[in-house]
Amino acid sequence: MALDDRKSDGFTFVGTRPNRPDGLDKVTGRARFGADAHAPGMLHGAILRSPHAHARILRIDTSKAEALKDVKAVVTRADFSDKVEFAPGLEGDFWNILENVMAGDKALYDGHAVAAVAATSALAARDALKLIEVDYEVLPHVTDVDKAMLMDAPVIRQGAADYSVPEGMHPNVVRKHESGHGDVEAGFAEADLVIEDHFTTEATHQGYIEPHACLATLGADGKGELWCCTQGHWIVQKTCAALLGIETANLRVTASEIGGGFGGKTTVFIEPVALALSRKANKPVKLVMSRSEVFRATGPTASASMDIRIGMKKDGTLTAAQGTFRLQGGAFPGGPADFTAMCAFAPYNLPHVRQVGYDVMTNRPKQAAYRAPGSPMAAFAVESVIDELCNQLGLDPIEVRPKNASREGTKASYGPRFQRVGLVETLEAAKAHPHYTAPLKPGQGRGISCGFWFNHGGETSVSLALSEDGSAQVMVGTPDIGGSRASMALMAAEVLGIPYENIRVTIADTATLGYNDVSHGSRVTYASGLATIKAARHAVEKLCERAAKKWGIPVDAVKWENGCAVPSGPNAGEFDPLPLADITADMGRTGGPISGHFEATPEGAGVSFATHIVDAEVDPETGKTKVVRYTVVQDAGKAIHPTYVEGQFQGGAAQGIGWALNEEYIYGADGRLQNSVFLDYRIPVASDLPMIDTVIVEVPNPGHPFGVRGVGETSICPPLAAIANAVSAAAGARMRQLPMSPPRILAALKADG
Amino acid sequence: MVEVHLWSGLRSLAGGCEVVSVEARDTGEMLRALVRAHPELQAPIDAGVSVAIDGRVIASGLTEPIPEGAEVYLMQRLRGG
Repeated sequence: MALDDRKSDGFTFVGTRPNRPDGLDKVTGRARFGADAHAPGMLHGAILRSPHAHARILRIDTSKAEALKDVKAVVTRADFSDKVEFAPGLEGDFWNILENVMAGDKALYDGHAVAAVAATSALAARDALKLIEVDYEVLPHVTDVDKAMLMDAPVIRQGAADYSVPEGMHPNVVRKHESGHGDVEAGFAEADLVIEDHFTTEATHQGYIEPHACLATLGADGKGELWCCTQGHWIVQKTCAALLGIETANLRVTASEIGGGFGGKTTVFIEPVALALSRKANKPVKLVMSRSEVFRATGPTASASMDIRIGMKKDGTLTAAQGTFRLQGGAFPGGPADFTAMCAFAPYNLPHVRQVGYDVMTNRPKQAAYRAPGSPMAAFAVESVIDELCNQLGLDPIEVRPKNASREGTKASYGPRFQRVGLVETLEAAKAHPHYTAPLKPGQGRGISCGFWFNHGGETSVSLALSEDGSAQVMVGTPDIGGSRASMALMAAEVLGIPYENIRVTIADTATLGYNDVSHGSRVTYASGLATIKAARHAVEKLCERAAKKWGIPVDAVKWENGCAVPSGPNAGEFDPLPLADITADMGRTGGPISGHFEATPEGAGVSFATHIVDAEVDPETGKTKVVRYTVVQDAGKAIHPTYVEGQFQGGAAQGIGWALNEEYIYGADGRLQNSVFLDYRIPVASDLPMIDTVIVEVPNPGHPFGVRGVGETSICPPLAAIANAVSAAAGARMRQLPMSPPRILAALKADG
Repeated sequence: MVEVHLWSGLRSLAGGCEVVSVEARDTGEMLRALVRAHPELQAPIDAGVSVAIDGRVIASGLTEPIPEGAEVYLMQRLRGG
């Protein structure tokens, strides 16, 4: 039997745009999200949160709450595993996560959980919280990344820094990354113009519409069931088991439908708390976060303070680049300063480059991943300086970028040489797009930017089972956050040769499939897709074996074509094509059920690049900015379901518009978050957005059978810079601070005279 | 022999070397050999590293073969969002 490992053209199903399989459920309200689960005798949980940014917890008295007849359980940190211990350098994630989901000796940020209640109603649970007495010793706090690095800053946790931090730095600096090559000073000496500038971005929230919610049951026998909205239920299973001191296999986790995640649902916040309450009350416990809790206590992205220095010759050749990136990721290690540094200059072929990143702790919530964590802010700073270099040297930014662009064989700023990549193709497509040469109206400006992200593989298991009628069920373990059920079905259809509509893809729970890494790193269409293709090919091997047996010929004389077993050549004999459904109809009597499996950690995700074009206009009287035209050009490797790919492109741009123009965490002098509801934290709504045009570039990834590169994250890398460049052009003043809210625009206009 | 390029933040843990030569047939052997040669590299390797072999990024696999003469770079461990 012959099966080509790679396929790059001649697709039947891949590349088409069938209806989404979850469409009807979602428009009719039938889809079940995190808060839609119920159980007999279910209790409702609520969490008491610190009102202080930094405070020692001297005493917690829960007796009055416990005395209420509607209250069935109260938990504090004492109700979690005592085997999860602090390690110097805060190595390992479990202690950090435990400390985040339930405070130990100190409350580390406004909103940090300190106790939780389970009661017979949500109202009773919330009322009971008011009866819990907590004595705090309020401590000095710091929420700004630059201030947190000063030697007189309050220390959030001694001993949290790892090997990488040089002696003499403040204990709040917990990780340092440094990489690059060449001699940057020699490179700057070759330049005709060197620009050095400082940029800042604020923390923004992933802004998923569905708040975190779960239903937990944990019995006295140590066996549990957990239903929750998550991007990865195996990591929830593993983490909750560790935090509660139970065996992993005894906790079955089922992922609900998910109303957005964008990286923010790759960890746990309330799930271990609900399980601890359930174990104590011996009843199922439902826990649903309010929007305010989501803002205060789940992960926004990191905020950043960045210094960039880049040199350019008069002809546009980049000679050297240097960047220092300081990121705060809340009161725990994890700010993605290493990624910010590694992504910053990746689009460019630089003979001399050096990047340094610092991960800094502050009294803010523990940051969580947000689409290409760390990369968008780096692009904002770097691409702003490149734009300014082009302006001052009188060069067209779309001509300068290809001249310096990374391509196959370029030594990346972070070390190795690139394999086949599609940056130049995105720049060429952007230049050829009518948007780039369309006339601008007075008061408008145009900006472009490139962006880069690594993408990821990760542990993956897929199982595919054929039914007697010839339809197929595909069980995957990566929650569908971007249309993956449709793309898995298309890839399985391509291999099996049966219609898309005859394939149902289900997100299996942790008890029914092998381990799966989280839906993150733009990995799902790549890794689960690769596993689906391999599982389908495994099933096809078995189908060919049945046909060979029926025809009495060797299995290598049978091949699979258009959904049928056929003789592989004239020497194999003359037999009519044997359709899949004819084989499966008899499978129970010809060897048993036919299934395919694949379990592996694919390593070959393939990096990706994008180029965005933005037109913006600025109202000089109010400082209001409007994005009037937007075009995304991105390399998808191979678009399996182009509509979903376009949706990812548009979604990244839309979230980037929010991050660039309005969204920000605003802290008062008391360290409390001032804008923890959507009325005050302004994400873009439909009326804020233009139609976002998309161009899919397809430079196949050699690491995937159909050439797929992930598309979910790269789309948010260029927007901050592309919008900042457009707004700076429209305002006639360089914008160095995000968000570019109306007061900041007015201040920039005023400063510019 | 495999020549392993270190990111510059690691060089102080490897006697200032930018490149360390080790005997290794795959990524796991290579990481163990690096620690044998420079014990201070244990901490960053335990914290998690990725490996690029001729530009192909291996996020975490310890069994990936390293061809003779391949260009090998150690990288900070890749994660996603």
